[in-house]
Amino acid sequence: MAIWDPSNETMPRSRLADLQNERLVAVVKRVYDKVPFYRDRFTSAGLTPSDIKSVADLQKIPFTTKEDFRSQYPFGLLAVPKRDVVRIHCSSGTTGKPTVVGYTRKDLDTWSGLVARFLAAAGVTADDTAQIAFGYGLFTGGFGLHYGLEKIGATIVPASSGFTERQLRLMCDFGVTVLICTPSYALYLGEAAVNMGLQEQLKLRVGCFGAEPWTDLMRESIEAKLGILATDNYGLSEVIGPGVAGECTERRGHHIFEDHFIAEIIDPETGQVLGEGQTGELVLTSLTKEALPVLRYRTRDLTALHSEPCACGRTFVRMDRVHARSDDMLIIRGVNVFPSQIETALLEVEGTEPHYQIIVDRAGGMDILTIEVEVNPELFRDEMKAMVALEEALLNRLTNTIGMRPKLRLVEPKSIARSEGKAKRVIDKRKQ
Amino acid sequence: MQVPQISVFLENKVGRMAEVTEVLAANEINIIALSVADTSEFGILRLIVNKPEVAYEKLKGEGFTVMTNFVVAVEVDDTPGGLARILRTLTDASLNVEYMYAFVERSTGRAALIFRFDKEGEAIKVLQAAGVNILQKVDIFQN
Repeated sequence: MAIWDPSNETMPRSRLADLQNERLVAVVKRVYDKVPFYRDRFTSAGLTPSDIKSVADLQKIPFTTKEDFRSQYPFGLLAVPKRDVVRIHCSSGTTGKPTVVGYTRKDLDTWSGLVARFLAAAGVTADDTAQIAFGYGLFTGGFGLHYGLEKIGATIVPASSGFTERQLRLMCDFGVTVLICTPSYALYLGEAAVNMGLQEQLKLRVGCFGAEPWTDLMRESIEAKLGILATDNYGLSEVIGPGVAGECTERRGHHIFEDHFIAEIIDPETGQVLGEGQTGELVLTSLTKEALPVLRYRTRDLTALHSEPCACGRTFVRMDRVHARSDDMLIIRGVNVFPSQIETALLEVEGTEPHYQIIVDRAGGMDILTIEVEVNPELFRDEMKAMVALEEALLNRLTNTIGMRPKLRLVEPKSIARSEGKAKRVIDKRKQ
Repeated sequence: MQVPQISVFLENKVGRMAEVTEVLAANEINIIALSVADTSEFGILRLIVNKPEVAYEKLKGEGFTVMTNFVVAVEVDDTPGGLARILRTLTDASLNVEYMYAFVERSTGRAALIFRFDKEGEAIKVLQAAGVNILQKVDIFQN
């Protein structure tokens, strides 16, 4: 597949190291001069910009967190005068104040170029017609993909989110070849296409999905239902939005666009930097953002980095697809449980689509984990013994996967709310 | 020989059974027989109705998980030992009953049973050989 920006994406590692060093020194100096928040952080840590001479000194710099964005709400982290900011986006966070980010005109150009990189890596070209089913608005997904697709020259169908039947109708009528949305919505669209008998009419060939964690089994299910190659891309609004990293068609992880971002993996408990291949929390430093650069931003996303060369020719390090977030981790009776483990377990029991919800509650000082699974027509039998056997199969699989026996409830279809944005898989009543 | 049965998956929550029967009522579907198997969490409602195809489509359209399969309906002598004689016949042939439920055949006022067998074909032969009257679809739906 085509490489959008070959001179940068295939740059020798030694030259990349020089570029990162040079850009890191510059961005550190700039935020120290322009952002009181960073100056205070450096002062508290006994640091000055001159202490940061290369990427090797990166670990001296304190982490930046989502809480810092909240404390600096709305514009405390801007490194440019407000008049130079041409766009504002916010995180899709559900708790507390949103995290606000700004972009200069040059930032928007950088961003669309980065989005174009992962689109090209997934095989998208100017010949494609791409439907964006991400919401257009404060969320970075809609506009981020829009401008990247425009840069590629694809024909854009800016459908925005929701109206599933209309989405499918437009895809059929316009011969849409590329679908842009969250993986959970892609699965939902796939189910709707099957129910509406539209699978044959769809011309889709590639999906570029992002904005939430998903599993390989979910990917297979989406690919089967929509007849596409499903690719994942990675980003977060605090760093730039989509366009931090993306899969190539080798699908052996996401290439992180290291000429613009430095990636580290840390132990989320201790903050210690972990070695290659070890799973931990991804920490990102932006090297080229003008309006709102971040130093060592803790993403809460769990992944691992791999540097062995990729067959696609890109020299950038690869990160594993994000399966879980460190703050999605549920600690239930002292056991670490990730929603993605539960999803994988359910998918492995034949015929089960991942419409499920995880409910954690506490009664008498004891955590109770309940998993609700929707009974679809493929699972349903008129004999109670078959239904009890299904319950047992699901329970055993779940128990083996997560290491404790949850409660399982079989529920009627569509009784779990469907997401047209991000999936609400977990209800933790202990926090209410 | 066999009678279509509609099964509906129901969560054990208030009003679900009422909603199913309302869907049937709105479509002028008459319930001839029904049974419910349940656990503390969910139930399987099984129905014999006069318009099974319509019932299936309408319930599915309302978002219920529905399936259709075929069961065997037999007439039972409404005298002491009537059911025992049928069950003995099945037991002697080592045939297992998955579930069964009873209803009254309106035209004759006689008792009848719905059977779900795991070896259905064999069960029908054994019952016929024993002189048990197996109700045809039409027998039931004429009521």
